[in-house]
Amino acid sequence: MNTYPNPFSEAISYQRMEQYDQEHLESLSNISPMTRTQQPIVTGTSVLAVKYKDGIMMTTDCLASYGSLARFKNIERMIKVGNSTIIGASGDMSDFQYITYLMDKLMTKEYNANNGQPLAPENIYEYLSQVMYQRRNKFDPLWNALVVGGYQDGKSFLGYVNLRGTTYQSDTIATGYGAYIAQPLLRNAVEKKNGELFTEEEAKKLLDDCMRVLFYRDARSLNKLQRATVTAAGVTISEPYSLETEWGFAEHIRGYGA
Amino acid sequence: MSSIGTGYDLSSSTYSLDGRIFQVEYAMKAVDNSGLCIGLRAKDGIVLAISKLVHSKLLVPKSNKRIASVDQHIGMVCPGLIADGKALIKRARAEAQNYKDNFRMPISGKMIADRMGQFVQAYTLYSSVRPFGCSTLIATYDSVGPSLYMIDPSGVYWGYFGCAVGKNKQIAKAEIEKLKLNELTSRQAVMEVARIMYSVMEDDIKDRDYEIEYTWICDESDKKHVEVPSDLIEEAERKAKESLDDDDDDDMDDE
Amino acid sequence: MNTAPLKPGEVSLGTTIMAVQFNGGVVVGADSRTTTGSYIANRVTDKLTQVHDHIFCCRSGSAADTQAIADIVHYNLQLLAAQEGEEPTVQKAANLFQQLVYQNKDALSAGIIVGGYDKYNGGSVYSVPLGGSLHKQPFCIGGSGSTYIYGFCDAEYKENMTKEECVDFVKRSVALAMSRDGSSGGVIRLAIIDKNGVERIFVPGNQLPQFFEG
Repeated sequence: MNTYPNPFSEAISYQRMEQYDQEHLESLSNISPMTRTQQPIVTGTSVLAVKYKDGIMMTTDCLASYGSLARFKNIERMIKVGNSTIIGASGDMSDFQYITYLMDKLMTKEYNANNGQPLAPENIYEYLSQVMYQRRNKFDPLWNALVVGGYQDGKSFLGYVNLRGTTYQSDTIATGYGAYIAQPLLRNAVEKKNGELFTEEEAKKLLDDCMRVLFYRDARSLNKLQRATVTAAGVTISEPYSLETEWGFAEHIRGYGA
Repeated sequence: MSSIGTGYDLSSSTYSLDGRIFQVEYAMKAVDNSGLCIGLRAKDGIVLAISKLVHSKLLVPKSNKRIASVDQHIGMVCPGLIADGKALIKRARAEAQNYKDNFRMPISGKMIADRMGQFVQAYTLYSSVRPFGCSTLIATYDSVGPSLYMIDPSGVYWGYFGCAVGKNKQIAKAEIEKLKLNELTSRQAVMEVARIMYSVMEDDIKDRDYEIEYTWICDESDKKHVEVPSDLIEEAERKAKESLDDDDDDDMDDE
Repeated sequence: MNTAPLKPGEVSLGTTIMAVQFNGGVVVGADSRTTTGSYIANRVTDKLTQVHDHIFCCRSGSAADTQAIADIVHYNLQLLAAQEGEEPTVQKAANLFQQLVYQNKDALSAGIIVGGYDKYNGGSVYSVPLGGSLHKQPFCIGGSGSTYIYGFCDAEYKENMTKEECVDFVKRSVALAMSRDGSSGGVIRLAIIDKNGVERIFVPGNQLPQFFEG
């Protein structure tokens, strides 16, 4: 390691300084450019959510993966923000925990303001979208796809925002593998209702059916999930539960068809 | 006052010959002019209350709140100069958030009281600043339970079972000392606060327009600092006024 | 998988580390091997680092990074204990580790387990893996060796184990990991932390629990 020379002995000082600068320049030419882009490490998979008669229903499983290792099997990927909003997260769990902290900070500020005007789901969604987009502009994204669900003043809200700050709102939203596998199923179900909204039972069954397919086909999923609702009664997040699965048909399968 | 004209009361950075800092003592006088402010620590929570004159009929009722939340579990009120109080509340909120930024946990009552005590004391050290013209009552409910602190303009702070600041504080203190605070619920404490408020202020503000603000942080409020429910306040104030009338009747009898 | 892969020549704690909660405290354990590439730079390393009277961390990843982090947390906990006039909770210590790892995720390779005792929660275990997330768990394993023993630990872990059962569980788990992971080895170091303080246990490399070899 180079140390700066003694500044009080000038003759030696300049010589050493030049030597230091030379070495420093050489080392500069060898280093790679600084990057801020990271990669997700501990990750959660899909989030599914739909609008239904009473508000919003959302589900996630309880798994946080570490690469292909199913590392943490008892985590929550949905958080309650205020009394009328819920956020579900896929992607990096450390970034999601940071987002949880940001939400706490925001809501504490609101609590202190005590102005009788609670933040609406739309407001929280906008705030979150701005954070996500600002971070992507710093080339230091929060590596998540987030779903914001809410119900306030008789109005349902459902929005999506991801690590690039991309946003959209829809009656059904699915992130991660769910975007490929569950979203078509969800949209089909919506279209079949011809503009009518799902009942609570219909929404439950629809989401459970989608989560079951995802459990069959997403190698980073777990059959231990939670269901959340946002309604006029507030936000509820269920205890973890499991789905019935079907494997019996495999017993008669022999060989690979050759 | 003996200090006047000696020149030792012009700056808080200079002691008087007998070792006092007059500017700090004057600041305490500013607090004494405040409307009466009471904090009670009951067995399951804390009640804060402050009375304030409504100096204009043009003001919206119940506006211009004096008691503020610093975090969900911290209530704070600064009887004395209103603007100074706002500055302290702003600082307290910054301290509470800063603690969360560092440790990802809500700050304890003890810590926020200590930090605010240090902050207030710093304003007694320099000739370029003026000590805060307000006391600070801090009510918290954390892992060790409910606690109540009061900070002087000098920066000194103590934990209290009950305290009173502002006009007629001595009478209020005497009343508070009669209470068995360890046995009182927060609901009962609200009743007592209202009763003391009305009995103490009676003569002062009889014919003037005033409001009393009540907040609490207790088991019933889910350990959150919120305004006391309006029906409870109504009940407390009704009973307080009734007891005043009773006293009047007693007086009549005596005559 | 690393956010900040080891630099050429950097010393790595290839490592098997572990912490288990029991009624009234925690048991933490680790192997003792430190490598640069395939050379064992230190065969008797102490990867169990005390950051306060009743709080330990188990370090995996870069030795330099994790030592620096542990030093900073140690400093902060000392300060905090003096300011607050009471011992810090394990959660607070874990939060400090999480903050450091998360905020410097681009520069660090550090996987840390925090275990300890406090009067509010008794024994508790927190995991702070690579990206800087925080996970509270009844027990936790970490380091390169841990990948070989996930199945064993999931099968053998029981709720409400006694202190002695925990010690035995940690010994057998770490020994199995050491036997399959080239980056883990040497001796097993254990520490039992409860309200009475810390008890250190040492298992020499020639007295490890033995399992099938073939």
